[in-house]
Amino acid sequence: MSKEVKEREPLFSPANLKLLTKPLNLNNPITVQVLGICSALAVTVKLKPALVMTIAVMIVTGVSNLVISLLRNGIPPRIRIIVQLVVIATMVILVDQVLKAFMYDVSKQLSVFVGLIITNCIIMGRLEAFAMSNKPWPAFLDGIGNGLGYGLILITVAFFRELLGSGTLFDVRVIPQGFYDFGYQNNGLMILPPMALIVVGVIIWVQRYYNRELIEKD
Amino acid sequence: MQEIFNIFIKSIFVDNMVFAYFLGMCSYLAVSKTVNTSVGLGFAVIFVLGITVPVDYLLNVYILKPGALAWLDPGFADLDLSFLSFIIFIAVIASMVQLVEMVVERFSPSLYSSLGIFLPLIAVNCAILGGSLFMQQREYQSLAQATSFGLGSGLGWFLAIVAIAAIREKIRYSNVPAPLRGIGITFIITGLMGIAFMSFLGIKL
Repeated sequence: MSKEVKEREPLFSPANLKLLTKPLNLNNPITVQVLGICSALAVTVKLKPALVMTIAVMIVTGVSNLVISLLRNGIPPRIRIIVQLVVIATMVILVDQVLKAFMYDVSKQLSVFVGLIITNCIIMGRLEAFAMSNKPWPAFLDGIGNGLGYGLILITVAFFRELLGSGTLFDVRVIPQGFYDFGYQNNGLMILPPMALIVVGVIIWVQRYYNRELIEKD
Repeated sequence: MQEIFNIFIKSIFVDNMVFAYFLGMCSYLAVSKTVNTSVGLGFAVIFVLGITVPVDYLLNVYILKPGALAWLDPGFADLDLSFLSFIIFIAVIASMVQLVEMVVERFSPSLYSSLGIFLPLIAVNCAILGGSLFMQQREYQSLAQATSFGLGSGLGWFLAIVAIAAIREKIRYSNVPAPLRGIGITFIITGLMGIAFMSFLGIKL
């Protein structure tokens, strides 16, 4: 009888690392999978709320993926969505309470959008597409990876919106006073919501220009 | 009466769910390829919002608000259950969507099959939960106000998705650069529509 030794996949094997890096570009949740748009646009007026939102979404996605993956063999198909929603909602309530306790001013800026993480399509999307049919550790990494991809776009959009719209970065004045004296003015349009959409459109344009395989074939 | 009408008009144009707050973007972008499916989904959203916002208003006033449970027993007057809002609202929404799904399947099987996965996905449509959360945050004074807000928000979303679907159907024959085709140009057009809708901010209501 031959002895079979089951090879345990190392924690950070190339396949697992791919789960972390693919969502950064080729499988980006916002620009490629087109998920999670709602909150991505609304909280990017300044960099600080965008960063806090990224961390919140990363934690909720990672932990929800982990929990659902652990439960995946015991969930009856009929109530699948409800179980997923309960897990996500619990995580979001926790995150919301932590934010209200330790970062009250940011939580006021984010207002309803922390609660809206529950309906963030990225989390549901990854639960359905990945966590329901994969092991816990890869599911956790996938959650974190998608959170990072989401954060990358959020921070990019917030960077441009805050820089051009308020002349600051993380509330620190970056554009020197000399520019203002010369006649430069903050672009008020950048603070308004529609510009976020246009900035994301331009990001998609740039991304697809450099990654031709992402272009939609009609 | 005036107040109810004002809320209704404001929630369609000024506080438009899509152009002012970007809620419900995922299904908005995914379903707006043709006008027919957009109209179907739009009606479903109006129906769900028009029912869940008033129901959640009642739950908020009689169970969730700080001190809301005082009608049950004066001893509960200082109980604050608002941290349960998320779960309770989502439960109401999920059940409503299940109901809508059954009704649509029964009365319009063609619409049911053309909407596919997006009908159950209304449950996680940010616009629906957003409607309830905004209603809670703005503390409307009566059930009528909450209902007009719900119906108005749904109508605003419907307006937005049908408009973008009509535009997308037309630009299929336009010379859009390859990297922008599809999602990219839709984002930019939606942004421009958002700027156009900002003109409503000048209306004093």
